[in-house]
Amino acid sequence: MNVSYTNTPLDDLDRAIIQATQAGLPLTNRPYTAIAEKVGSTPAQVMEHMQKMQNQGIIRRIGAVPNHYVLGFRGNGMSVWDVPDERIQTCGEMVGALDFVSHAYHRPRHPPLWNYNLFAMVHGHDRDEVMQKVEKIAKLLGEDDRGHEVLFSTRILKKTGLRLPGGNS
Amino acid sequence: MAAPAVKPYPSITTTIEPELSTLEKRLLNEYQKGFPLSATPYADIAAELGTSEALVLDILQRLKNQGFISRVGPVLKPQRLGTSTLAALAVSADKLQQAADIISSYEEVNHNYEREHAFNLWFVVTAKDQNRLQEVLDEIQNRTGCKVMSLPLERQYHIDLGFPLWC
Repeated sequence: MNVSYTNTPLDDLDRAIIQATQAGLPLTNRPYTAIAEKVGSTPAQVMEHMQKMQNQGIIRRIGAVPNHYVLGFRGNGMSVWDVPDERIQTCGEMVGALDFVSHAYHRPRHPPLWNYNLFAMVHGHDRDEVMQKVEKIAKLLGEDDRGHEVLFSTRILKKTGLRLPGGNS
Repeated sequence: MAAPAVKPYPSITTTIEPELSTLEKRLLNEYQKGFPLSATPYADIAAELGTSEALVLDILQRLKNQGFISRVGPVLKPQRLGTSTLAALAVSADKLQQAADIISSYEEVNHNYEREHAFNLWFVVTAKDQNRLQEVLDEIQNRTGCKVMSLPLERQYHIDLGFPLWC
């Protein structure tokens, strides 16, 4: 398969393990044994490769993946901020350190329609809770906050776990 | 009749605080990361929680069946598996559903949200390489007739390790 991956030294077994586990580990006594059988390897090798991919940052974490909507977190707000470019690093790190922010990203501006360069995903049970948290961010940023908006989601049209792109071998 | 490909989500406007046992909450809260890489991970979790492997498996299966968790397994970091971007479209209300369906039809699109803003469709595209990424964005632009704004990640300030569901 001629799939190229940027800066990622994935070997064949890594790829097979990702494909065999991306929909979840089996809920059976020995899940890695089941995966090993699927990919033609041993449980020890599967665990070793998963540990390696975690160390390399390819796997971010292993665990239960909660569905926040079903759990009552209905106030998914994407807050977007216009902060001075020379302050983005400091602002990003401050916002990213907040425990109610699940993701904080620097993304490019697209003036004149889009002047925001910092994204922070804020979760709460409802919109009021999200707005209170956004106010906390605004206070924290002080005069670096040159403008912000909160984009609430009204519908989830598609949401699947990240899949290995370009191949379902 | 074929089952729908994507399970419908409950309405966002209704707030329901699900009733869960302490053990269920602990499994949800404490095992978003650090799932054991061991021969019998569920038994190890059970030992940590002072319960039985059978009960842990039973609860996780139930949480999954009820949609509280989508799975137990590895969460991948998008930037390391190819190339990705967050993209947005500003679509008129009458064309919204059609555009949304076009976007969702791509296997490279793993998130697609409608949001309250002039830019009302937001989606994440992850492709094997830059060429394919651009191809998907171009196709979406041509098929929807709406200009695609692409906002690729420049830097991430927070590593998502899950977040507290109950404090």
